[in-house]
Amino acid sequence: MSTLNLTLKIWRQAGPEAEGKIETRKAQNIPIEASFLEMLDIVNQQIIETGGDPIHFDHDCREGICGMCSLTINGVPHSKEVGTTTCQVHMRKFNDGDTIFIEPFRANAFPVLKDLVTDRTAFDRIIASGGYIDVRTGSAPDANSVPIPKEQADWAFDAATCIGCGACVASCKNSSAMLFVSAKAAHLNSLPQGQPEKDKRVLSMVRQMDAEGFGNCTNQYECEAACPKLISADNIAKLNRDFAIASVKEAVAMV
Amino acid sequence: MSINANIPEGPMADKWTNHKMNSKLINPANKRKFNIIVVGSGLAGASAAATLSELGYKVKCFCYQDSPRRAHSIAAQGGINAAKNYQNDGDSVQRLFYDTVKGGDFRSREANVRRLAEVSVNIIDQATAQGVPFAREYGGLLANRSFGGAQVSRTFYARGQTGQQLLIGAYQALEKEIQKGGVEMYTRTEMLDLVVVDGHAKGIVVRDMRTGKVSSYAADTVLLATGGYGNVFYLSTNAMGCNASAAVKAWKRGAYFANPCYTQIHPTCIPVSGEYQSKLTLMSESLRNDGRIWAPKSPDDAAAIRAGKKQASDIPEEDRDYYLERKYPAFGNLAPRDISSRAAKEACDEGRGVAKTGLGVYLDFRDAIDRLGEDAIRARYGNLFQMYEKIAGENPYKQPMMIYPAVHYTMGGLWVDYNLMSNLPGLHVLGEANFSDHGANRLGASALMQGLADGYFVIPTTVANYLATQKPGSVTTDHPEFAKVEKEVTDTIDKLMNVRGTRSVDYFHREMGLLTWDVCGMDRRKEGLEEGIAKIKELRAAFWDDVRIPGAANGINMELEKAMRVADFLEFAELLYIDALNREESCGGHFRGEYQFTSESPEVIAGKTQAGEALRDDENFCYVAAWEFTGVGEEPTLHKEELEYEDIKLAIRSYA
Repeated sequence: MSTLNLTLKIWRQAGPEAEGKIETRKAQNIPIEASFLEMLDIVNQQIIETGGDPIHFDHDCREGICGMCSLTINGVPHSKEVGTTTCQVHMRKFNDGDTIFIEPFRANAFPVLKDLVTDRTAFDRIIASGGYIDVRTGSAPDANSVPIPKEQADWAFDAATCIGCGACVASCKNSSAMLFVSAKAAHLNSLPQGQPEKDKRVLSMVRQMDAEGFGNCTNQYECEAACPKLISADNIAKLNRDFAIASVKEAVAMV
Repeated sequence: MSINANIPEGPMADKWTNHKMNSKLINPANKRKFNIIVVGSGLAGASAAATLSELGYKVKCFCYQDSPRRAHSIAAQGGINAAKNYQNDGDSVQRLFYDTVKGGDFRSREANVRRLAEVSVNIIDQATAQGVPFAREYGGLLANRSFGGAQVSRTFYARGQTGQQLLIGAYQALEKEIQKGGVEMYTRTEMLDLVVVDGHAKGIVVRDMRTGKVSSYAADTVLLATGGYGNVFYLSTNAMGCNASAAVKAWKRGAYFANPCYTQIHPTCIPVSGEYQSKLTLMSESLRNDGRIWAPKSPDDAAAIRAGKKQASDIPEEDRDYYLERKYPAFGNLAPRDISSRAAKEACDEGRGVAKTGLGVYLDFRDAIDRLGEDAIRARYGNLFQMYEKIAGENPYKQPMMIYPAVHYTMGGLWVDYNLMSNLPGLHVLGEANFSDHGANRLGASALMQGLADGYFVIPTTVANYLATQKPGSVTTDHPEFAKVEKEVTDTIDKLMNVRGTRSVDYFHREMGLLTWDVCGMDRRKEGLEEGIAKIKELRAAFWDDVRIPGAANGINMELEKAMRVADFLEFAELLYIDALNREESCGGHFRGEYQFTSESPEVIAGKTQAGEALRDDENFCYVAAWEFTGVGEEPTLHKEELEYEDIKLAIRSYA
């Protein structure tokens, strides 16, 4: 089995109020088959054995779907691999002797809790503000009573693949959450079931996004490049359009 | 304590209808007075919390993740079963019921399964109305595919991420109720113990994982929707954080734990590659709609592949053994999971494994690609193929996938009655955390169905049967029992922090996993299990003697979190082995090497089954084993719930 020897430059921060710093650490004999997080596991075992405090990072499913893992690797959220979450980055993509910078997903709306762990609950509050279809359990009609053209369903699906990781925010120089919000809104707004609440949904979600301290979108689409699920920035255009329409309707008291 | 399943009277098909009619009701004004705690925010927890809040109850929901949307239901790939019969291929509620009972090797409770099959159709309606983007045909109607153990196409799916889409539906419903004020959500908050007051579950003690603060919450009833215990094997397809602590704590407080030996080994996972490995990744069962499973006929070919001298494509058609198609022609590659897993193990035991470790067989799409084209396969399974390529570093469009069985799901769980209530009054258990619906083996695409059935449709009705007997708000955290349990929790934390040993939590977790896989994996035997029971006691003692947890208990400390979970697993593992030792038969995921059909068995000679298949003992073991805790390291007390089959005839489970 081939192995790698690496130099890690890792963000360490004891707590939310503490000052953070980059710590340099060797990672030795890392198997190339290991995932990036397994590399950190190995380093952490060594830290524990030598009496140190292990590097804290968020992770759970380790199969690219829960959205919990959130490392900025060499300056790019989830690394430079296209369409990949941190947990699906494998060490075979690195070379022996590499220096790797590992930082949290940085944004004012994602405060660091410890080391590489951030608080991304702002996303939950955006969903709570209107990112749903209000359907009481038990009141649904037969699932096939409303046919949805396949193209439309596929478009909704492409937006629905968002895993809520926040890479879009971390990649944006303004820390804008527009890709996240637009994807969540596009999923629901493009389905017939989502029409009754569409205007209200768009207004509430955008306002909550602003209240959480996310920045504005200046259409540079770093978010699209960083998204592990390759969600299209076309959703942003759609959200802007839907927001404009909803705002006009609101102004004339139709919402 | 009594063990009464409270199965409603009447014919099987009418039981749920009758039960709903006979269940107690609580009027809307009174519902507001009742507090309900829901632990877990996966499909079962999120759907229950949202629905109970819609009904007017005051709900508190807890999860250890940073957001309820990350619960491990999210990782389910393949689909969700429902008896819609949209395909006009002969499906019905009765057929789904039958397939599930048979799939569970006749070890599930018939009435619960019948109810599950009935409400399955409502789940699809509910999810679709929420905007869950199930796959559709060009005509705009919903599409289906097939899953193991069924000869009809009843599985609804959302590409390879059905779990994520269904969970987002439930999560959005939950967030809606949070916004409306009906649910208070506690994220990064882990339940560490159950509080029992006068014999009733009335609250929980939790730890805020950000600050380390330990505190209590009281309620009129507690719902556990905390998932399964697959991580007792260390390597599994579960998320890293999945744990059995809530269930183990409830067990230690008096709730019976049922059938822990029913563990599901999923046949198609990416094989283990090294010691550093932290988890295993599933390749969806849906792949078996188009993929064909095989191993070389000759051990020599397999050895050449392992040595890198040959590739799969070098093995000519006549030298390949499509063993599932050969052994189970009626179901072929869609044979159920337990059976497919054992067949893979058998091929590898014969020296025909193809992975470097010898533990791997092929899942081959060559024929499907020839028949349908690469694009069609990409459209169906693109994200799974991509995930495989990232992990295994090989292109599955060119070379077959290499797969091997891995721990995936646990059918056992806390014992519940028909109302989903434990023998411990006030404690309800939902989803994978309970035991009732899947018997000894779960069929593919039935976990999502069960989680959502319990949360959306069963508990909202049945919880009232308990609550109506209670005075709302009668117990608060002022009750001395809360302070007592809180103290026990903080004492345990202090004890762990003060071991100051030399070995990491992961070391103990890995050792426990290896032992569990060894003695209680795909082939269990008496001697191994007895040895396991002795060894796990030693490992548990070593853990408390030598574990090292760095840092402090106040603030985020992921080693401490892991240590508490592993400490509970170390107690649970012993129960798992004891149950496996007690059940002297083979059924579903529980395969005891001593109990299998041989070429001399009359049933094999009569052509009803084959040598090597699981040999059930209906005369002596047609019961649910519900275990009562009697002390750490002490022999637990066995309570039996006899399984009576009214509607479905007990039979040899054949897929040939």
